[in-house]
Parts: sequence; C-alpha cells; structure tokens
Amino acid sequence: MKNVKVYSTPTCSFCIRAKQFLTDNNVEFESIDISTDPERAKEIVEKSGQMGVPVLDIEGEIIVGFDKDKITSALGI
Amino acid sequence: MTDKIYELIIIGAGPAGITAGVYAARKKMDCLVISVDIGGQTAWSGDVENYTGYQFISGPELAAKFEEHIKRYGIDVNEGEEVQEVTSSEGIHKIKTTSGEYKAKTLIIASGKRSRELGVPGEEKFKNKGLTYCATCDGPFFENKDVVIVGGGNSALDAALQMEKIASFITIVNVTPELGGDLIMQEKVVGSKKVKVLNGSEVMEVIGDKFVDKIKVKTPSGEIEVPCKGVFVEIGLMPNSAFTKDIKKNDMDEIIVNCQTETNIPGIFAAGDVTNVAEKQIIIAAGEGAKASLRAFKHLAEMR
Repeated sequence: MKNVKVYSTPTCSFCIRAKQFLTDNNVEFESIDISTDPERAKEIVEKSGQMGVPVLDIEGEIIVGFDKDKITSALGI
Repeated sequence: MTDKIYELIIIGAGPAGITAGVYAARKKMDCLVISVDIGGQTAWSGDVENYTGYQFISGPELAAKFEEHIKRYGIDVNEGEEVQEVTSSEGIHKIKTTSGEYKAKTLIIASGKRSRELGVPGEEKFKNKGLTYCATCDGPFFENKDVVIVGGGNSALDAALQMEKIASFITIVNVTPELGGDLIMQEKVVGSKKVKVLNGSEVMEVIGDKFVDKIKVKTPSGEIEVPCKGVFVEIGLMPNSAFTKDIKKNDMDEIIVNCQTETNIPGIFAAGDVTNVAEKQIIIAAGEGAKASLRAFKHLAEMR
C-alpha cells in the first residue's frame, strides 16, 4: 500500500471529491486539515510551490488539484 | 468520433444538469452528461437553507446528494471533460470537448457560471500562488498575513468576514464609490479594526516573485501599492457560454431562453445560471433543468 497524504480544507469541494475517490478505490490515506494546522499549511506550500488545495502526496509525488488521471497513475490503479 | 447519435446530451452537472439527467433517465432517454465538475457552484456554496426538503444542508453535502441521485439512475457522466464547441446542422448537434466529439439530437446547456477574472497583468501568473477566487477553500493559507479582497458586493463582504478571523489585515479594493451588499454585513466589515476599504479603486497589477508580494491600485487620489500575500477576487460571475457561437445571448453573455427553456436553435435548450432566467438559485436551476429535459423529450417525439 502506498503512503498517501491529502492536504485539504473542510469547505473545499474538490478536496471532498478527492478523498471520496480514494475511499471508493479502497485507498488508505492520511487527511491533513490545513485550516487547523498552520505548520502543515506551510509544509505543503513549500512542497507544492503553490497555495491551493487539495494537494495529494503519493509516495513523494505531489499532485495539485483533483486530477483523477494523475492520481490513478501515481497509485497504479 | 463515433457514429453514435445520443438522444440527449447535457452539458454541465450542477443542479440544472443533474436534474435534467434524472428526468431524462425516467423518460428512458439515451443520454450523456458532460461536465468539468459535479455539483457546480453548489459544491462551492457555504450553507444552503432554502432548498426545499433540507432546512439546512452544506453546499458540498447537497452536491454529493445530487451526484448520488444521478448515479442511482445509471446515467453516464463524463466528469473532467470541458466542452469547447457546439455546432448544429440538419437537426444534429455536434459537441467538441477536450477529449472527444459527440453527436446528439437534442442538447441541454446547463454549464453555469464561473468567477469573473480581473483581467490585469500578473493575474494568470499568480493563480494559486496567492491569488484565489475561493476564500472558503484557500483562506487558511493566509493565517496572520495581510490580504486584499477585490470587490464590493455580498461575496466580497462574505470573504472579508471569513478572512477577518484568519488574516492580520484586510484591504478591500472596490471599484464603485460605496460598498454594496447587505447592510448588516457592511456594518460588520466597516466596523472591524482589521479592515480598510478603498472605494472607487481598481487593481492595476498583481506583483511578486514566486508568490504575490503586492498589488498596484488606482485610487481617486492616485496610484498606490498595497503589500499583501493574498489576493481574493470576488467580483461576481460570468456565464460559461463561450463555446456556443450561434446561440443568442444577452449583453451579459447569458443564453436567452423562453419560458420553455428553448433557445433560438431548435433542439437546443438551456437551463440554470448560464441562461437569462430571472433568479439564480439552486432550486430554480433544478426546476429549469427539469423543464428542459421534459421539453427535449417532447422535441424528440415531434422529430419522429
């Protein structure tokens, strides 16, 4: 199982869709709510070079936005 | 392109498109939905308290209910696909998208609206790098930072009130001589020590290195620079109607429909916020979507 992190905010619809997509595909992930964790917000800006959510970290591969094709290819599903 | 001709193609999967899809399924029409996203603006809304049947539901939750509803009927939904061009000849409508081409006997355009952009230098470069159109989504990135909100209506005031709890200082750049929107919200915004309002002012440029550092603003007393890490653009919406050249639109680029959701082209119907319908509401868009679907069904019967 690959290590998957999802950086999100509770009110962002594409974050909700991205997490739903992972759940539907039985992918376990760590959900990081950047609205309650400013340190992790900083972390993801540095990692992704931008300030939007969702950001997915799949074994170090950074995917910005709910990009289904990129997510499936990174996961190999 | 395949030779398949659908009975109905629906462009958009917000409340109008989804409802049209549900009605199409119940009429057993051979139907395809093509959409960039699911839920449309509903998915971006905060709290919804005026959709009958739900005294209170959040926008993303209602969007999820919409999706569940249409999927229950087994309608094909091509998500993440954007329509680029619609052309019609001899009663068949061709739809060119980012990943293919399709044909249909009837078409419902329910592509909704999107955030209006500033159209100034630096906007494209700094999208998601400090410049955002969604305070609700991206607000938390700007904790204890100075931000600018562009706009003066309810959505700008709403963004200001959200950011008041997060940001260190907020400058509102408003093009009109005074703030618009609800008085209750205006009072809260103007009363905050963390907010400064620049009325009669216009953003000229967004400036920075990797991320936004400042903006250039034309004020009634001359040009100034406002240092900021975030720029929230809240200057209203524009219809997603550019892919339709032959369909009549009003001066706001909204597709003109009559009370039966008919456009000027036979077989093409339109519903929801992309049209000139009187009010832009989730429940009204849903109702218009139902009307469009039933009208398309009748049109197919008339063609036979």
